[in-house]
Amino acid sequence: MSMRKLPLAVAFTLAFSAATAGAQAPKLGQPITETDITAWNIEALPDGKGLPPGNGNAKLGAAIYSQKCALCHGENGVNPRPGYSPMVGPSKFDRIETMKTVPYYKYATTLYDVMRRSMPYPIPKTLTSDELYALSAYILFLNKIVGEDEVMDANSLPRVKMPNRDNFVVWDQDKIEYDPIRMGAPR
Amino acid sequence: MRIRKRRNQPPPLEPVAGNGLLDRRALLGRGIVLAGAMTTGAGASLNGAAAEPLKDDPWSLEMGAAVPPLQTASRFEKGVVRTLSNPNNELRNSHARTPHHLLQGTVTPNSLFFNICHSGLPDIDPAQHKLVIHGLVKQPMVYTVESLARYPMVSRMHFIECAGNSAPMFSSEPMQVTAQALHGLASNGEWTGVLLSTLLDEVGIDPKAKWILAEGADSLGLSRSVPMKLALDDVMIALYQNGERVMPGNGYPMRLLVPGCQGNMNVKYLRRLKLIDQPAMTFYEAKTYSQILPGGKSWLFHFTMEVKSFITHPSFGHTLKGPGHYEISGVAYSGNGRIAKVMVSADGGKSWAEAALQGPVNPKAFTRFRMPWRWDGQPVVLQSRAWDEAGNVQPLRAEFVAARGQTEKPVTTPLAFPNQHYNSITSWSVDSSGGVKHVYA
Repeated sequence: MSMRKLPLAVAFTLAFSAATAGAQAPKLGQPITETDITAWNIEALPDGKGLPPGNGNAKLGAAIYSQKCALCHGENGVNPRPGYSPMVGPSKFDRIETMKTVPYYKYATTLYDVMRRSMPYPIPKTLTSDELYALSAYILFLNKIVGEDEVMDANSLPRVKMPNRDNFVVWDQDKIEYDPIRMGAPR
Repeated sequence: MRIRKRRNQPPPLEPVAGNGLLDRRALLGRGIVLAGAMTTGAGASLNGAAAEPLKDDPWSLEMGAAVPPLQTASRFEKGVVRTLSNPNNELRNSHARTPHHLLQGTVTPNSLFFNICHSGLPDIDPAQHKLVIHGLVKQPMVYTVESLARYPMVSRMHFIECAGNSAPMFSSEPMQVTAQALHGLASNGEWTGVLLSTLLDEVGIDPKAKWILAEGADSLGLSRSVPMKLALDDVMIALYQNGERVMPGNGYPMRLLVPGCQGNMNVKYLRRLKLIDQPAMTFYEAKTYSQILPGGKSWLFHFTMEVKSFITHPSFGHTLKGPGHYEISGVAYSGNGRIAKVMVSADGGKSWAEAALQGPVNPKAFTRFRMPWRWDGQPVVLQSRAWDEAGNVQPLRAEFVAARGQTEKPVTTPLAFPNQHYNSITSWSVDSSGGVKHVYA
């Protein structure tokens, strides 16, 4: 089609589109709804966003752990297989090579998140929400961070005060927008 | 280096620092003649022995094999391979390290690029793979590999370095291992892909978004949080690595590339980007890649891989064949931008001379440095120290250990990761027989 045959205004519009939107935004993505992303939408954030309904305590978690976790991570969270992490470890990090396990985490939600996305290692993403809360409760109990009967759920898990919580220094404030108070997690 | 006989010989080049370091301008190849070479006279090598008479070898007298579709290195280069952390394919993570001491230049070949895979190599069909961008956006979108390949692309040279690279150097005693074992979890290549800012424009950013959670399609769903400020800068979704599709160990069919930041943030097998209002505090950012400091505090969000250099030639595993001329060379890089300067010492840091930088010097990429050297056969300690364009300088070992500490007991395996983000100086001692050892100096 010859540009000369187009009305002037239309020609201008085409030229403008080609120079901006056409070059920068090919728009080849397909729109999708958040509902259709549900299967992948699995993160648990420090303030509790993303934690699903469900609950569990350490007593329930002990049986699940023994069946699904102990083979690699060791009975009662100690003496794991070579190359695997124990679930119980130091809670004081005063040497640079101190082994970091669950007590190192600033937020308890990290434990739920990593189990939900990655565990059990050979068959990930197979634990139910209740199992994940029970396992979180059990592993926190093994580390003496919560009591044996404390129920972990979307409300209580983000409120668990982790022992190493206040020992983190943000490396470069200028580059990072991070506000632990606004995140509102541990209270 | 070639030394030409010229009618008007310039004056011989004198050492510019202790133990025989020569002016880097000698590398320009003209106008300067090495003082050591002058004394031997034209027509003789530094060792004085004449060459054998020449004859034809078998390969000059018969035809070779036809070329294959995918070429590999000469059979005489069989030793130039990555070293593995899990050679028996046990059910755990696996690493492969780049043989820096056997390579030159700045581009790491894809076959020798370092890998760390926490749950093996996923076998991803690019026709099925999808990338979703959602969360605090105006319109969530899904992209296929094919659709992303139609976007405007950029090609950039960048290094990727595991935050645990050089971790054996936290050991209280210097470990006697190669530059591959010490520094092999860093590699450099040309990455081609779509700038993340292009796609974020398309989905529309909600101003409440401060971080992006990047997640892989591997069985761990490995994920990291990237600050929006970084994501809108030079972050890309890389589809190509040194001209071919990204290698399976490096994230096929697509990976996030966060130039200059911890390797682990360059999420491989990328399948999901979620814009969120807080860091997700995933396993790797909350634990593995946070660093315990002496005294009990820990750094959080130490993303930038700071200015660093190490000598690759000569280094542990090499043997110098007698006194005479050598080129010292190595790589320097910084997550803060371009390398501005590299200084080299041959006397354990008593005196330093500026090395030549092989151009082009790209930001957040390996830069090869070179330094002519005339070794007199006496014991020496070789070191390099880099500066970046942001003014950061590679710390001396004493400074580094004072700030970051070292282990209580010597580390016994280079596969251990006592801490992360080691960027101090590497020192190689050369003894009078030409053997190279790793030392702290």
